[in-house]
Amino acid sequence: MSDAALRPEVYRDTKASQDFGVVEKELTLFEKLFNQAWLRKCVLLVLIAVVWEVYGRHLDNPLLVPTFSDTVTALVAAIKSGVLIDRAWTSVKVLMIGFSVGVFLAAVLTILAITTQLGTDFLETVTAMFSPLPAIALLPLALIWFGLGIGSLIFVMVHSVLWPLALNTHAGFRAVSPTLRMVGRNYGLSGLGLVLKILIPAAFPSILAGLKIGWAFAWRTLIAAELVFGVASGKGGLGWYIFESKNQLDIPEVFAGLLTIIMIGLLVENVIFRTIENKTVRRWGMQT
Amino acid sequence: MGKNVSQTLPQPLLDVRGVTLHYKTRDHLVTATYRVDFSIQRSDRFILLGPSGCGKSTLLKAVGGYMAPVEGEIRLKGERITRPGPDRMMVFQEFDQLLPWKTVRQNVAFALETSGKLRGKAADEKAMHYIEKVHLTRAADSFPHTLSGGMKQRVAIARGMAMEPDILLMDEPFAALDALTRQRMQDELLMLWEETKFTVLFVTHSIAEAVKIGNRILLLSPHPGQVKAEMNSAPIGAEPAEVAALETRIHDMLFSDKVEEDDHV
Repeated sequence: MSDAALRPEVYRDTKASQDFGVVEKELTLFEKLFNQAWLRKCVLLVLIAVVWEVYGRHLDNPLLVPTFSDTVTALVAAIKSGVLIDRAWTSVKVLMIGFSVGVFLAAVLTILAITTQLGTDFLETVTAMFSPLPAIALLPLALIWFGLGIGSLIFVMVHSVLWPLALNTHAGFRAVSPTLRMVGRNYGLSGLGLVLKILIPAAFPSILAGLKIGWAFAWRTLIAAELVFGVASGKGGLGWYIFESKNQLDIPEVFAGLLTIIMIGLLVENVIFRTIENKTVRRWGMQT
Repeated sequence: MGKNVSQTLPQPLLDVRGVTLHYKTRDHLVTATYRVDFSIQRSDRFILLGPSGCGKSTLLKAVGGYMAPVEGEIRLKGERITRPGPDRMMVFQEFDQLLPWKTVRQNVAFALETSGKLRGKAADEKAMHYIEKVHLTRAADSFPHTLSGGMKQRVAIARGMAMEPDILLMDEPFAALDALTRQRMQDELLMLWEETKFTVLFVTHSIAEAVKIGNRILLLSPHPGQVKAEMNSAPIGAEPAEVAALETRIHDMLFSDKVEEDDHV
């Protein structure tokens, strides 16, 4: 113990950084390229395509697995003839209607839930009841109620958007810090003003997460529902396109339809939602 | 209690009479303060000082209009306080009191616009005027998450002052800052007061801070908070010896029940 106290004290003069320059070493070209996430993912995609192509040729049975090149050819042809775009647009249109109705209902439900105790109880009860119910399971009932048409599709999509979105939004509202609420009330806000000007922006990360989940659920549900009956006002969507192609044993077209579904999904996820995220919650530092 | 308030003073800006406050925990009803009286004159730097559990923050919330007294009443300019409002701007201890989705300038201007005081260009100009006062002009277009704790508190103070409230309520605004920043913020607050002579009700548990910032100090005892004394503080720029003597006196009064044999000079 006394030895420790006997250690000499140390004083040094530190150099200014311009005396020795900043110490750094440039990365190699390979390291720089490897650091680009998109490049790594593109390489992976190419690899998957190659494996697919090789397997397809090896199997040599276009009825089971068409080659990648056949699928791309079918995709290009379907896009050129306008069929695929037309089908995709039909699906997206129905999706947007169903999604908006779901968002609107979720907004009404959550606003009721945060303004009244009974609203909270109602939201908690119905979400607990309905959210485990797969939307597709409601389709037979929807067909009886709304017939073969857009009505049934919208009904099942609203079901798949509403509950996850309402649940997330409500959780987001409840997580808003008491300080922020008090700040809002300090400005003289109350009721709907407080909800619109303080709670919604403050809970936006949760709301956005709910919208993403809701969108993914709705998209899957829509395709699945279209596969089951598909024809809405004389025109089918993407699900129907896949179903039809399968019936005619145009398997490359089936794969082209699946690819389109994947591409639309990636587009919405990585372009639309990513842009919203970057412009809002990331910019505000509410999400890293 | 409160009998030392002279009758010749003008009508106080804020008058707290016999206020008892309760709050509920999961299974208890806790009395936070018991029959507290005090009154604040215009341009006072009034301090609520006491150990934790003396109900000083609860009292501030009641003045803010966030909770109603079960007994007694709080009047601002003769009007009973019933709800929160922009005539009593709060500055909280927490750093998350700024709206994260708005820049510094928008945060201040939003307060002015939402409360209906000013709109558009006028709100923006007033916001910038007060942001300048707290030396944040360069950070005016930054989002709060890029600011340090001290800067965030400055924005909150600028926001509170820009609203030009009847009284500024501050709930331990510097408690979460490091010691150096805290000292600088206290000095800046006093400088701002010299400029505009705003009225402030300031809650703290630090005797040194109370003596430094306040001109009048209300001492509260814990569990539940009751008024122990209401005293004048040392004037701004007082001799260190005078300040130290006052701090010791307050210290002795606050801890008289527990440590009477504690003899320090």
